[in-house]
Amino acid sequence: MKRQLQEQAIRPMPAARPLAEGQRAEVMEVIDRLRALPGALLPILHGVQDALGYVPPGAVALIAAELNLTRAEVHGVVTFYHYFRTTRPGRQVLQLCRAEACQALGAAALERHAKQRLGVDFHGTTADGRYTLEPVYCLGNCACGPSLMLGQELHGRVSAERFDALVGAAS
Amino acid sequence: MSVRIYIPRDASALSLGAEAVAAAIAAEAQRRGIELRVTRNGSRGLFWLEPLVEVEAATGRVAYGPVHLEDVPGLFDAGFVEGARHPLRLGPTEGIPYLKRQERLTFARVGVTDPLSLDDYLAHDGCRGLRNALAMAPADIVKAVTDSGLRGRGGAAFPTGIKWKTVLGTESAQKYIVCNADEGDSGTFSDRMIMEGDPFVLIEGMTIAGLAVGATRGYIYLRCEYPHAHRALNAAIATAYARRCLGADVLGSGRRFDLEVRLGAGAYICGEETSLLESLEGKRGQIRFKPPLPAIKGLFGQPTVINNVISYATVPLILDRGAEFYKEYGMGRSRGTLPFQLAGNIKYGGLVEKAFGVTLRELLYDYGGGSYSGRPIRAVQVGGPLGAYIPAAQFDAPMDYEEFARIGGMVGHGGLVVFDDTVDMAAQARFAMEFCAAESCGKCTPCRIGSTRGVEVIDRLVAGQQPDKQEALLRDLCETLTHGSLCALGGLTPAPVLSALNHFHEDFSRRAKVAA
Repeated sequence: MKRQLQEQAIRPMPAARPLAEGQRAEVMEVIDRLRALPGALLPILHGVQDALGYVPPGAVALIAAELNLTRAEVHGVVTFYHYFRTTRPGRQVLQLCRAEACQALGAAALERHAKQRLGVDFHGTTADGRYTLEPVYCLGNCACGPSLMLGQELHGRVSAERFDALVGAAS
Repeated sequence: MSVRIYIPRDASALSLGAEAVAAAIAAEAQRRGIELRVTRNGSRGLFWLEPLVEVEAATGRVAYGPVHLEDVPGLFDAGFVEGARHPLRLGPTEGIPYLKRQERLTFARVGVTDPLSLDDYLAHDGCRGLRNALAMAPADIVKAVTDSGLRGRGGAAFPTGIKWKTVLGTESAQKYIVCNADEGDSGTFSDRMIMEGDPFVLIEGMTIAGLAVGATRGYIYLRCEYPHAHRALNAAIATAYARRCLGADVLGSGRRFDLEVRLGAGAYICGEETSLLESLEGKRGQIRFKPPLPAIKGLFGQPTVINNVISYATVPLILDRGAEFYKEYGMGRSRGTLPFQLAGNIKYGGLVEKAFGVTLRELLYDYGGGSYSGRPIRAVQVGGPLGAYIPAAQFDAPMDYEEFARIGGMVGHGGLVVFDDTVDMAAQARFAMEFCAAESCGKCTPCRIGSTRGVEVIDRLVAGQQPDKQEALLRDLCETLTHGSLCALGGLTPAPVLSALNHFHEDFSRRAKVAA
């Protein structure tokens, strides 16, 4: 009862729609599994993003209430880290490395090509919902650039042709 | 009779197609009725040869590479499973000059063993350092590390033993061992290679640190961009628990050490130690004031040893072979070896572990073979995105913490990012400011706001709007960043900016001239 009241008192902002019932159950499962960890917030946010693909704004209030944090604290953490996203991504996230070692091998040209080929800017999702394009600063593949990560698959020496083959083949 | 084959599972090897090659080799062997025993090893760090396939022949391991899918049937036709001749045959792996001329101490097992086999680890001198440490008094372990001359390999080069001594001397019911595996610097991948290629050595090193300072709990803070390392570490930790290398009774000694991996979330600043600790506590990764030092008040307010992956991974060797053995390598106050990483526009990119004192030129040309593009090398950024751009005139500088600082450089984590003569150094300077703006934690003003102003000033300078005034302003801004920032992000962003401006001044006026 008390928990319910607490959640109501910090009702999400108008923009943050409450979680759908299915999502709420998944978020609660993650919270219950990880809440005992010291410093549990990052593991929980990872867990939510692993389960749902993103951290819905509606999850912020629930996590805050369950961890006895303010919504501002949780929101602050979600938005501090580049990796956490608050909107649903495409079916696959494509991370393109923008760091120096890849720059030295033409990452900027590959970036232009990727944006044109997919028809989106960074953080955008393709019209068919297949890909979300994200920048990343280093994938640790610095002797084999330019590099990208498609889902959890790392690719090196990515030319424009190789890029086209990758996004053409993957689904 | 079966044949042993090694095909790397290192992320870089996979990025060049090692998984498909492994599948093709297995299928081809089955088709021909050849029985293979495949070991998925780490990478030898010769990335231009990846996927590098090794065969255990009668005379030892023989390497073939780079092996592509279409090469597989031909390799079998030639009889590569017996180590036979083939255009891709590189000879005995250990005899490849790039590898042979290295001093592989920390990386002794990487690429050699099966990273996830504890038995293989033990058969290759694993846990010998830990066994020695278990028989030693904590102060003696700390003394061995101090005497070895080991300095923080993350880049700051602070003497590891001194840090440990402070934690040992600070009374507390709970102390922590934290590993900084947030390898965010572009041009560096040695941490990743250890975690994927020899994860047990990191576990062993952290356990020794725990014994040395009286800490029973450790965390590896790993960047989330390294999913392969994450899987390898988790698998190795599970095995270590099952075989009692971790847990309540480390190697039957009755001593406890627990270890777990925590994932970062794409914030470069979390490679800064206090920011990392905040993040581990579940907060925004904003840096803390120092003092208090993490050694006195670190994770959850408790005394904490926080070191880089390579620092911990080097400790078992020191405890096994002795401080004197390690100390014999190196020059000046830089003792031991550093795994240098040749990256960017370089022909033979990879990992070169050498004693301190090797020159930049040797690394770039004797090992690296010049640029990948075949054009002249114009600049090398050493030590990550906060390191200076070094011009060709300074390539003879020895890689030693103090000597390299003398020319305005920073050895850092040992990453070398090579650029050929097509690079626009004004654009690189601009990127340094842009990166600082994107990654600033926002705690202090010079970094948070100065970086954005820096981008604007460089834009005006390059556009030729009152260039002298803009340059003076940029230098002034850099001075404010250097002296007014709390941590290395704001404090060192001026290094790439000013080195570009000082050594490659022409790039800042080129576009304005073309326009005029």
